[in-house]
Amino acid sequence: MSEPTAGRLTLQLASTMESVSEIESAAEKMASAAGFDEDETFHITMAVREAAVNAVLHGNEYDPAKKVTAIFEDDGTSLVFKVSDEGKGLDPDSLPDPLAAENLLRGTGRGIFLIRSFMDEVNFRQLHPGTELTLVKHRPQTGASA
Amino acid sequence: MALTIASREVDGVTVLDLGGRITLGEGSVQLREAIRDLISKGSKSILLNLSDVNYIDSSGLGELVSAFTTSKNQGASLKLLGLTKKVKDVLQLTKLYTVFDIYDDEASAIASYK
Repeated sequence: MSEPTAGRLTLQLASTMESVSEIESAAEKMASAAGFDEDETFHITMAVREAAVNAVLHGNEYDPAKKVTAIFEDDGTSLVFKVSDEGKGLDPDSLPDPLAAENLLRGTGRGIFLIRSFMDEVNFRQLHPGTELTLVKHRPQTGASA
Repeated sequence: MALTIASREVDGVTVLDLGGRITLGEGSVQLREAIRDLISKGSKSILLNLSDVNYIDSSGLGELVSAFTTSKNQGASLKLLGLTKKVKDVLQLTKLYTVFDIYDDEASAIASYK
């Protein structure tokens, strides 16, 4: 289910891997259309995908009764991606540092790190229930906008 | 788009030629099962050829780490060959580049097991 308007896209989807793919694909199109180069588009797409995976897997835990909502907005200077779930909530401060020597061989815990690495701003908001991740990437300064 | 895995033997080394994406779900599961299968058959030298892997997510990274530790715990040696730029960048960012033995060419990788 999508609702495109000028510079804004809203998706409300089931908690499935197909939804992750749909969100990923929409993010890639938006980043590419906004003028980001291939590498930046790849990074943005990967960050949004990781946020969607978090929402489906860790947030909603594939619960068919819970939805994942993605709201993408291009405000002219930045791309803003909001991905939210209806799960138990996530405390970002409780996440272990995946770069610490004792965590390097852990099989999990790198998703939020990748998101933070690839985006300019990352914010968490508790929804009670659920978590909303807001990812912001500033548009390249080319001196002219489409 | 899904992960493809083909196995071959080169001088006693089992080379897994991977292609596509290593991501949460099918790709990660396929890789996990392939490694388990090799370990159960007694393979001690495993080389993952990632030349045709164009995407890896955090789950895929976790699966590579698990493959590495599982192999090590079973007395096997797992190394990586032929990283694409995107995969290499992510491994460097997450410091996993320091964990694995990584080779650019197959001959050097095979020779490293001797």
